[in-house]
Amino acid sequence: MAKKEGIEVAIAVAEAAKLAKVDVVAAYPITPQSHIAEHLAALVANGELDATYVPVESEHSAMSTCLGSSATGARTFTATSGQGLELMHEVVYVASSMRLPIVMPVCNRALSAPLSVWGDHSDVMSVRDTGWIQIFTENGQESVDNVICGFRMGEDPRVVLPVMIHLDGFHLSHMIEPITYPDQAKVDEFLPPYKHPSPLNIEDPVSMGCFGPPFIYTEAKKAQEVNLEASKKVILEVWKEFGEKFGRNYSPVEKYCSDGAKTLLLTMGSYSETAMAAIDEMRAEGKDVGLIRIRLWRPFPFDEFRDAVKDADILVVLDRALSYGGPAPVCSEVKAALYAEPKRPKVASFVAGLGGRHITVDGFKHIVNRGEEIAQKGSDTEFEMYGVRE
Amino acid sequence: MAKKPEELTWKDLSIGVVVTEAGNADQYKTGDWRSQRPIMDLGKCTKCGLCYVYCPEGCMEENEEGYFEPNYFYCKGCGICAAECPRTVITMVEEKEE
Repeated sequence: MAKKEGIEVAIAVAEAAKLAKVDVVAAYPITPQSHIAEHLAALVANGELDATYVPVESEHSAMSTCLGSSATGARTFTATSGQGLELMHEVVYVASSMRLPIVMPVCNRALSAPLSVWGDHSDVMSVRDTGWIQIFTENGQESVDNVICGFRMGEDPRVVLPVMIHLDGFHLSHMIEPITYPDQAKVDEFLPPYKHPSPLNIEDPVSMGCFGPPFIYTEAKKAQEVNLEASKKVILEVWKEFGEKFGRNYSPVEKYCSDGAKTLLLTMGSYSETAMAAIDEMRAEGKDVGLIRIRLWRPFPFDEFRDAVKDADILVVLDRALSYGGPAPVCSEVKAALYAEPKRPKVASFVAGLGGRHITVDGFKHIVNRGEEIAQKGSDTEFEMYGVRE
Repeated sequence: MAKKPEELTWKDLSIGVVVTEAGNADQYKTGDWRSQRPIMDLGKCTKCGLCYVYCPEGCMEENEEGYFEPNYFYCKGCGICAAECPRTVITMVEEKEE
């Protein structure tokens, strides 16, 4: 029977990996991800999870171990955060290029310096182009569900790609939330054993990650790009089936009071829940506002996004990361996606919530109001930073 | 496989560009990196084999008469054989368009 309990989200995410019956975990503890790695180590040590836990000496080794493990056909899991993601950076690309369906929750954390263990999306943006499927979750239940969905998506023979599950460090990873664990028997039905199309096998040897001279590299990259784009169809199928089986539904672009709203706020991650409370208050005050949240970050859901904003006049975009010297990263993608549209909203760009800085309900209301002002009168800057002391 | 590697389209590639055939690195022509070509004056050669020993590509091959000659499919033209030959048998000459 499905049980519901109050539990720290990081622990629940580790329990989700157990429900997915992972074969190998190679992870290195880093705040705010540590509890995921530690809890899995305990589950393996206590004999509650029949898996190999590799206590690696760094994140670079963690992802390298995951490559080898996944390549043999083992269901492979790791998790990291901030600087740890940076340390494994070069190997993150190899996982997707070699088509290894590893699942990795990332407890989103700001990057140094100054040293910050608190949350924002700086680490996410540094791996934006690594070729992984990337999903943002807003609460603990979504994180649990999407670890299980992530394996199903990544391991689908039409996909065969690694999957990152983004959850905000501390604001989500360390919250104690009510979690309904999916029933093990139903998870087993939903998630069949992993079968890599051509695994490492001494009886039938293959070579992976070979040399790719100029005559073949472009073709390899085209195949990878087409494959990631095409994975969206499977992602939608998996979410649909998950919804039918477990009663919780997920979409590439989540909407909240957005249909017909003239002003839309766009967010990603757990701050979206505070944003919803702000939308409720503003609507109660008579403002015509709604919220959309990008859940599927890669592949970017162009069609669903354009459809979600087609009737809006103003789109206010929140980024929790900077691209120093350039536009705010999410907003630049949003603007690019809208550029060729005959009718498109005016876009106002905000950066806030860096390094664990809160954005309150009043903060979101301020951002929306200021966004409307910018849309009408313009701004001298590409984006505004909200909450910074001048 | 019917197509040469240079003719493969992106649709022809295996998932993750996995190589399923063992030992096919020998099909990769590294000889087209060469800007200088070693030429042998076998009249001066004593078959000592130092060129064979020093070649970093392992592309000096012994022929039926016991002389060593470069395999131009692999030879990258580094010139180590010419530098090491004690009897100046080997001269590096400019590679020309064929």
